[in-house]
Amino acid sequence: MRDGFIENADVCVIGAGHAGCEAALACARLGLETVIFTVSVDSIALMPCNPNIGGTSKGHLVRELDALGGEMGKNIDRTFIQSKMLNVSKGPAVHSLRAQADKADYSRAMRKVLENQDHLTIKQGEVCEILWESVSGKKKVKGVRIFTGMVYMCKAVILCTGTYLGARCLCGESITYTGPNGLQAATYLTDSLKEMGIELRRFKTGTPARMDGRSIDFSKMEEQPGDEKIVPFSFSTNPEDIRKEQVSCWLTYTNAKTHDIIRNNLDRSPIYAGIIEGTGPRYCPSIEDKVVKFADKERHQVFIEPEGLHTNEVYVGGMSSSLPEDVQLAMYRTVPGLEKCRIVRNAYAIEYDCINGRQLDRTLEFKEIKGLFSAGQFNGSSGYEEAACQGLVAGVNAAMSILGKEPLTIDRSEGYIGVLIDDLVTKDNSEPYRMMTSRAEYRLLLRQDNADLRLREKGYEKGLVTEEEYRTLLEKERLIREEVSRLKNTFVGANREIQKFLENHGSSSLKTAASLAELLCRPELSYEILGEVDKERKPLPDPVLEQVEIEIKYEGYIVRQKRQVEQYKKMERKLIPEDIDYDQVSSLRLEARQKLKLFRPSSLGQASRISGVSPADVSVLLVYMERFGRQAGERK
Amino acid sequence: MKEDTIAAIATGMTDSGIGIIRISGEDAVAIGDRIFRSPSGKRILKKAVSHMLYYGFVQDCENGFIIDEVMAVVMREPRSFTGEDTVEIQCHGGVLVMRKILDAVLKSGARLAEPGEFTKRAFITGRLDLSSAEAVMDIIQSRNEYALTASVNQLRGLLSDEVRGIRSRVLYEMAYIESALDDPENYSLEGYPERLAEKMTLLEKRIKKLCDTFESGRMMKEGINTVIVGKPNVGKSSLMNCLVGEERAIVTDVAGTTRDILRENVRLGDLSLNVTDTAGIRETEDTVEKIGVERTLKYVEGADLIVYVVDASSVLDENDREIVSIIKGKKKIVLLNKSDLETKVTEEMIEELFGDEEGACTIVKISARDGSGMEKFEQTIKDMFSIGEMKSSNDIVVTNIRHIKALEETDSYLKMIKKSIEEGLTEDFFYIDLMAAYASLGKITGEKVEDDLVDEIFSKFCMGK
Repeated sequence: MRDGFIENADVCVIGAGHAGCEAALACARLGLETVIFTVSVDSIALMPCNPNIGGTSKGHLVRELDALGGEMGKNIDRTFIQSKMLNVSKGPAVHSLRAQADKADYSRAMRKVLENQDHLTIKQGEVCEILWESVSGKKKVKGVRIFTGMVYMCKAVILCTGTYLGARCLCGESITYTGPNGLQAATYLTDSLKEMGIELRRFKTGTPARMDGRSIDFSKMEEQPGDEKIVPFSFSTNPEDIRKEQVSCWLTYTNAKTHDIIRNNLDRSPIYAGIIEGTGPRYCPSIEDKVVKFADKERHQVFIEPEGLHTNEVYVGGMSSSLPEDVQLAMYRTVPGLEKCRIVRNAYAIEYDCINGRQLDRTLEFKEIKGLFSAGQFNGSSGYEEAACQGLVAGVNAAMSILGKEPLTIDRSEGYIGVLIDDLVTKDNSEPYRMMTSRAEYRLLLRQDNADLRLREKGYEKGLVTEEEYRTLLEKERLIREEVSRLKNTFVGANREIQKFLENHGSSSLKTAASLAELLCRPELSYEILGEVDKERKPLPDPVLEQVEIEIKYEGYIVRQKRQVEQYKKMERKLIPEDIDYDQVSSLRLEARQKLKLFRPSSLGQASRISGVSPADVSVLLVYMERFGRQAGERK
Repeated sequence: MKEDTIAAIATGMTDSGIGIIRISGEDAVAIGDRIFRSPSGKRILKKAVSHMLYYGFVQDCENGFIIDEVMAVVMREPRSFTGEDTVEIQCHGGVLVMRKILDAVLKSGARLAEPGEFTKRAFITGRLDLSSAEAVMDIIQSRNEYALTASVNQLRGLLSDEVRGIRSRVLYEMAYIESALDDPENYSLEGYPERLAEKMTLLEKRIKKLCDTFESGRMMKEGINTVIVGKPNVGKSSLMNCLVGEERAIVTDVAGTTRDILRENVRLGDLSLNVTDTAGIRETEDTVEKIGVERTLKYVEGADLIVYVVDASSVLDENDREIVSIIKGKKKIVLLNKSDLETKVTEEMIEELFGDEEGACTIVKISARDGSGMEKFEQTIKDMFSIGEMKSSNDIVVTNIRHIKALEETDSYLKMIKKSIEEGLTEDFFYIDLMAAYASLGKITGEKVEDDLVDEIFSKFCMGK
């Protein structure tokens, strides 16, 4: 190979989607020379499916990512066109932020951030091969080769190939071998990965049609405006700076006619006809799936969402499909408001190569290949937010590994990111993994409002959070602490003014003096209401008040959840030695032994979450480890 | 790192001479002191010398009743089997007594140990040396296999069907809430908490029914603790003799002859009764008899069933009123004895005596002298404890203390859910208890939580755009 064909870097990131961008930014910001590869520079941070960021539990992910020093939150704050806090009528733990993005703006803004980042190079080109060597019996990456023959030597590679690997798009009988949005698929890398011993599998996902907004009759739909008070995603964004005119989304419904058309044409659906091999996600079902599986539902919701301010295209949420285009047109045209619709881009299903996450450890590095990390849809997840979070974790850990520092790990009690990664590397996921609030056990603690209090510190330690951002956090913590303590130590007597106040708000009267905190615990009273009798109160920022109120009001529940976390942590702290030989653990049941060998969990806690490993197996393992530990101790 | 305090019956779960209840952990001594009393009624374990046996008795910390005479020993860390502070209580080896003591221990703050957990702790604290490691592994393994076999057996049984039934109701609600939280634009929680509260009430009832069978199951196996009360000379001892079939109690015409409490295990048809005959309850100056009366009161408290014997040939008086007030709220049968003689007491008069107490009394006419009415008596008891039904193989009986604990736990979570709903808290709060209830029920069937939920959400609710 001629020297001119060789470039040097610290880290190569393959793919510039939401995972790749975060991974590359993290590495570059930590001072490592980073190259990010993409099949098309124009597709950086592309949103090929829904035009929004956040939503239930995904909103949590974005805020956590932001707390750690990621870019997604800041970028959506720059480019959103509608913002909404979901679930506000429910408890604070499930409030979730969602913003509609101007897709083109989002992509352009992220590209600008990448282009201006020190130590970061953007390179268009398909990566065809990972270069590696064997060092004392263990594989280790040393570079990548792209289609033109150029080689980039490096210390770590981060795979963020999304849905591009071996991609195949299906729309009825028509099949194209392209990535999303008609972009070039990556066809060579799969073989290189297989040669390295990586197990690949095939997943499937889909997207609905985009329509010409001018062909839609919005008067037949319900308008869904944004919130008046906008909460930014990023803890570093000042809410005042992002006030703007918002656009609306629209709601309409399918009906019996729609369902008839679908049923009558099921034989032409590649899924029902058996052409698609990949496993599709249940949470993002095609309209065919919804009609077949929930036959008794008379109608399904259809959301019409703008794709941006500078285009007429709208996204038809809720009606993804892989039926042939003629059927798509017929079924869409039965929906009120869509009678005369014209399709700009048809709905399609896409199949792609990805891995089973069990080949990774919690740092997102391959267990068997030093220096190879992966993130995003390639790991079997789905969604922009899930991808971005993994991107940051993989990026930071590639950097930490090169710098010889402690890795960044987040456990299930620290963040949704922890739940996401633990589930990906521990569970047998048979479909693309989407985050859901139900997956988080300790969600009363893992709220979107306190993501900074939970994770800023970690981001600061690793070097992604600026000194200024960190100081803002410390100040917020101080204000919360002081206000909570003031409320707990300020007492009001059972005088006439107080009784009158309580009566006005339908609250029972006081028998003896009580602290303001005790009053705040009453469901019918809020911090705001208490202002009437709380004379010494000083003005505080909204995010501080929010924390104070939650901390006091739900203290009992929070304490209980913290106790559950303690139990959980006990098991997480019992680490399983990396070189454990499960064949030597004589009392394990066969199934458990197989599963443990396959997953190689890092802690007893993780072992206990693997399906097929029973509590009894965990006890056996615990005892074995104690003995193992003592033997090891004696050898010293 | 300190572990929580655990307890279990260390000897086998069969009737034997001596049983040992072991408590191990940081709070073992404190918990021991909550239930163990020296002969002079003092709490002594805190100051007890390690590895020394102390005589005393175990007291129910809730009602102060003595459960058993025992020996207790404190073994302070690290000189115990587990290496932690340990208290062992050596009691009489009846299954019932051991369970009762264990129950008292658990109520005082210990957690029921998992199979093999003492051994596990012994390892962790480094008490077991290397040479015995392999042996202990075997023991633990065999315990697991025992547990496995046991659970397989139960899996085949109807108990798990019922538990699964309840569990699937809980899971459905969890999935519903999750769906609504995850896809708020599609599923509404409007008015849901109220509906949920009603459903929880229904589940509570099903769980209570199961819990009740634990008692019936115990009664089937160990006999119904029955106490005979009544005024002197109404024929209590005759009844006793009629049940036992031989002369055990002294029967005379002098009121107050029965001074000692007589306890016999007798069979009445299919039933097994642990019958205690008491001194006649009445105001008395006679000291010997007075002690008997006091004891009667105590026995009434602990009985499953009170048999109140009334002499049909002599009128009701103050003493009867006194008795009625003592046995208020207990399960009871009124036996109208001497019904073969001229009657001065009618059923109406007895009903009037009990006044407005709900479901107060079932009256059976008998003659202890010739044994008439005894079959009716037997049937009445069976009906009362649903024993007839229980004998059919289609009925569920909870026999395992671990199961009953899990059911009681579940019940307490269901109550917390209702409380949170009443207080107007939102779904995500009472969801915690819903999940806890689900996990508790899972302890019986041995199933994990997480994956079921996601599957349920997708199979029952149409989610996602």
